[in-house]
Parts: sequence; C-alpha cells; structure tokens
Amino acid sequence: MNTQEALLNFCLRLADNNMIAAQRLAEWCSRGPILEEDLALTNISLDLFGQAENFYEYAATLQNNGKTADDLAFLRSEREYFNNLLVEQPNGDFAFSTMKQFLYAAFAKPLYEALQASKDETLKGITSKAVKEIKYHLRHSSEWLVRFGNGTEESLKRSQTALNELWRYTDDMFLMNDNDKALIEAGISIDLNTVKASFMATVNEIFKAAHLSIPETNNIITGGCNAIHSEHLGVMLCEMQYLQRAHPGAQW
Amino acid sequence: MSTQEESLKKFQQRIDADEKIEPRDWMPENYRKTLIRQISQHAHSEVIGMQPEGNWVLRAPSLRAKKILLAKIQDEGGHGLYLYSAAETFGVSRAEMIQQLQEGKAKYSSIFNYPTLTWADMGAIGWLVDGAAIVNQTMLAKCSYGPYARAMLRICKEEGFHQRQGYEIMGKMMNGTPAQREMAQDAMNRFWWPSLMMFGPPDTESAHSAESMNWKIKVESNDKLRQRFIDRTVEQAHHIGLTVPDKDLKFNKETMHWEFGPINWDEFWTVVKGNGPCNHQRMNHHIHYHNEGAWVREAASAYERKISAN
Ligand SMILES: [Fe+2]
Ligand SMILES: [Fe+2]
Repeated sequence: MNTQEALLNFCLRLADNNMIAAQRLAEWCSRGPILEEDLALTNISLDLFGQAENFYEYAATLQNNGKTADDLAFLRSEREYFNNLLVEQPNGDFAFSTMKQFLYAAFAKPLYEALQASKDETLKGITSKAVKEIKYHLRHSSEWLVRFGNGTEESLKRSQTALNELWRYTDDMFLMNDNDKALIEAGISIDLNTVKASFMATVNEIFKAAHLSIPETNNIITGGCNAIHSEHLGVMLCEMQYLQRAHPGAQW
Repeated sequence: MSTQEESLKKFQQRIDADEKIEPRDWMPENYRKTLIRQISQHAHSEVIGMQPEGNWVLRAPSLRAKKILLAKIQDEGGHGLYLYSAAETFGVSRAEMIQQLQEGKAKYSSIFNYPTLTWADMGAIGWLVDGAAIVNQTMLAKCSYGPYARAMLRICKEEGFHQRQGYEIMGKMMNGTPAQREMAQDAMNRFWWPSLMMFGPPDTESAHSAESMNWKIKVESNDKLRQRFIDRTVEQAHHIGLTVPDKDLKFNKETMHWEFGPINWDEFWTVVKGNGPCNHQRMNHHIHYHNEGAWVREAASAYERKISAN
C-alpha cells in the first residue's frame, strides 16, 4: 500500500465522518426541543461541516487531479464513502441524536489528540483546530446524557434505548484496514486500539454518571472504512448531492 | 389635570425629546400592549423563518453554501432569542408568547407562509426578504423603547451579511446555466410582491400607524419604507439581469423614485388571515416539534430541581 494513497483514504474517512454527522445534525434545524438547543445543534453541525471541508481540501490536494473538495463531497457514491456506520444512523429522538453525537465525539477527541503526534503536518494542523471544537461537542452531549439519567424516568429510558440501539455500531469506529497499517508504519496515524482505550474511559465515566449500562449484544455491525454501509447512507447522499448531480458543472 | 393625564403628558414629552423608554419607566397601557404584540410577533417571525430556509440546508449545493446558509439560519434563531428577551422585559414569558403563537393569537411575518421551491429561493429570501427586513429594522433601531431599539441595532449588523449572501446566490445563478437563470428569475417572480407586502398595508389603511408614530414605536410610515426598499432593490435586480415582475415599474426623474404597479392586497389579507400556502404547515411543524421536545424540557427542569435541592 502506497502511503500517499493510504493518507488520501484516511482523509476521506475523516472528512466523510464529519460530513455525514453534520448533515444528520442539520436535520435538527427548526426541530429542536428548545430554541437554544436548536442553535446548539446547528452550531455543532456547522463546526463539523467546517472540519469536513478542511479534510476534503487536503484530500483534494493529495489527489491532485483537478477535483475539488466539493467534487469529493458531492460526487462520490455510497460505495466510495468511508464514514463510520454510527454517524449515518437516522436521528431518532433527541436522546438518540445526543447519544450518537456523544459516541462520535468520544471517539473523535482521542483520535484527534493522538494525531497531534502525526508526522504529517497538515493533518496535525487540521486536527489541532478540530480538537478544540470536538471537546465542546463532547461536553455538550455528556451534559445532556447526565441530565437524562438524572432527570425523569422517561428521559433515562429514552437514553438507555438509544444506547442499546447504537452500541452495535461503536466497534466499527476502531476497525482498521491496510490503509491504517501503512499509515501507522509511516508515523502518520496511530493504532486505533489505543484510541479505543481512551474512548472506553470516557464512555464508562459518563455512563456511570448518567445511570446507563452498555448492552450485551452479539449484533455488532462494521464496514464503514471499507465503504460497506447501512441502507441509510444512500438516501442521505441522494438528498445531499441532488443539485450537483442534477446540474453537472454548474457553479453555485 | 389627573395624575394619569399628567403621566401621559410627561411620557409624550420624553418621547418628543427622543429619550429612550426603559422597562421600569411609566408607560401608557397601550404602548406596552403594542410593543408586546410587535416584539413577540417579530420574535416569532425570526423563528418561523427558520423553516423555509431550513428546507434547503440538507440540499445546499456546496460546502460553502451549506456553511453560509446554516450560519444564516442560526443568526435568525439568535434574533429570535434577543427579541424574546426584549419582550420579556414587559413581564411576559417566552412560554406564554409561544402559547399565543400556537393558539393563533400572535402572528408572524406572512412572507414565511410562501414555500421555498428551489435553491434560488435561498437567494431571493436573503436578498429580498432580509433586504426588506433591513429597511424596517433600521427604522426600528430608532424606536423609543430602549430594549427593542438595542436589539435592533445588534440584529441589523447581521442582516447586512444575510442580504449579501442572498444577492450573491442570485448573482451566481444569473451568471450560470440557463436552468439556473430560469430558477433565479422564477424565484424573483414569486418573492417580489410578497416582499413589498412585508411593509404592511398602505398608510391610508394602516390601523395602528398614527398612535405608533406619536409614540415613536414606528418612526416612518409603511409606504415610505416600501418605497425606500423598491428604490434600492430595483437597481440591484437590473445589475444582475433580473426582470422585476411589474409591467408598471418606471423611474420618475422628478421624484427620483421608482413608481410601481398596484399591490394585490387581497392576497396579503388572505395570507395574514391564515390561508396562505404554508400557514397550516408552518404552525403544524412548530407545534409538532414543540410537543416532541416536551419530555426534554421536563427532564431538564427535573434535573435542575434535583441539583438545587442538593
Ligand atoms: Fe433576522
Ligand atoms: Fe436575516
């Protein structure tokens, strides 16, 4: 595996994760439980679109074939998207979206922190800015989980249900393929198992405070980094890419 | 002279001297009522306005367009927050105001009862609707009620960006493919007249104007503001090659104003009375998601109670 190709793929994975998570969060626009929260969710969405754009721009530079960041975001199909399965899951209720956001942030924070030691300067630069934002996202979602766990019976039940449904997608975030091997060898990326330890520490701490327990399940689903998705991604891309696909070459 | 009359006289003197009225000051009951009605209506407009623009967030055609549109909608929600706070200075709570909206007792700007059908509508809304809002809000920044005037000053700063991003979308589309140009002109055709209606009925028929003008709740008339908007906007339309959908439009060299054709006030009143294309949809959406969020608000306040009990 050529390091340059592996790095390109890794950037797309990071970009796609942010893009799809942001797109899901943007669905909350005008639908939040209170106005402040409507704004908080679109704010997080905006941060993630910004991170996606940075990673896409770097990917476009690496690819060096005249394709732009927008081409990468809007003209690749579901078998060319490398995001994790977690972020493409439908929003569900506010507890479900909060849980999804929490699990993703609990993964992305230690990942970005670890990438501060990357030999790739650009990756280091992008993630050093992103880590500040992701810390806030993690705090925001953690606080809500703690509120749910100590709020009403209903809120606790809703967040436990969300965890039961979403936990099956968490292993997927730590799945590695040949790209990861090449990047670990080159000192560009890290073994995602080390990120997992930190993820588990965060998750255990917050779940304890939020009275949540990790479900026992054999139904573990993976495949995002190999572009094997759930049925939901294709539908999301249809909506997201519609104008670019319907008007090829148009400038917006 | 009774104390009431004396207070009223002093109040009018303060207004005439361009003093700002603050929440704790004496004010006539009707001043208070008018402002609560107007500020809450304004707050609701910002919030309901998030729906037609939110309709395109997921389909925005580029990363940049997505970021700009989301940031813009977020600003509007923020305007809603400032304005609810400004209205709360009169002692009404946001929950009460939302209840009035949902019961149909409080209104919001009728412009948001039109559907957003194509991406060009994001351009038309930013350019025309925010453009009209700027004209109105710049006037309101001079109004006599301190908290409202200050909220308007803050809001006006952001509206400039909203208007420019809308005009930029229109300009890009007019420079684009034939399909894009067609979409832009179509959006112009649909949003032009409703934007003119945003300034309210003509001065000859406006129910609240005289008293509001005396108390400087409004400092300029509907027709004057409408004319200012038209004069600014017609030139901008021509500059990017858009046709203004008004066969009577012509420039009067003596008055230096654009003269325009008759506005369909029947349409305006139909929409105000709740029978526009999206009135029902907007209100259902607001009520539906408000109710969906009830358990979240309950959980948050239950948690607050537990925390403060410990
Ligand atoms: Fe606004
Ligand atoms: Fe605006």
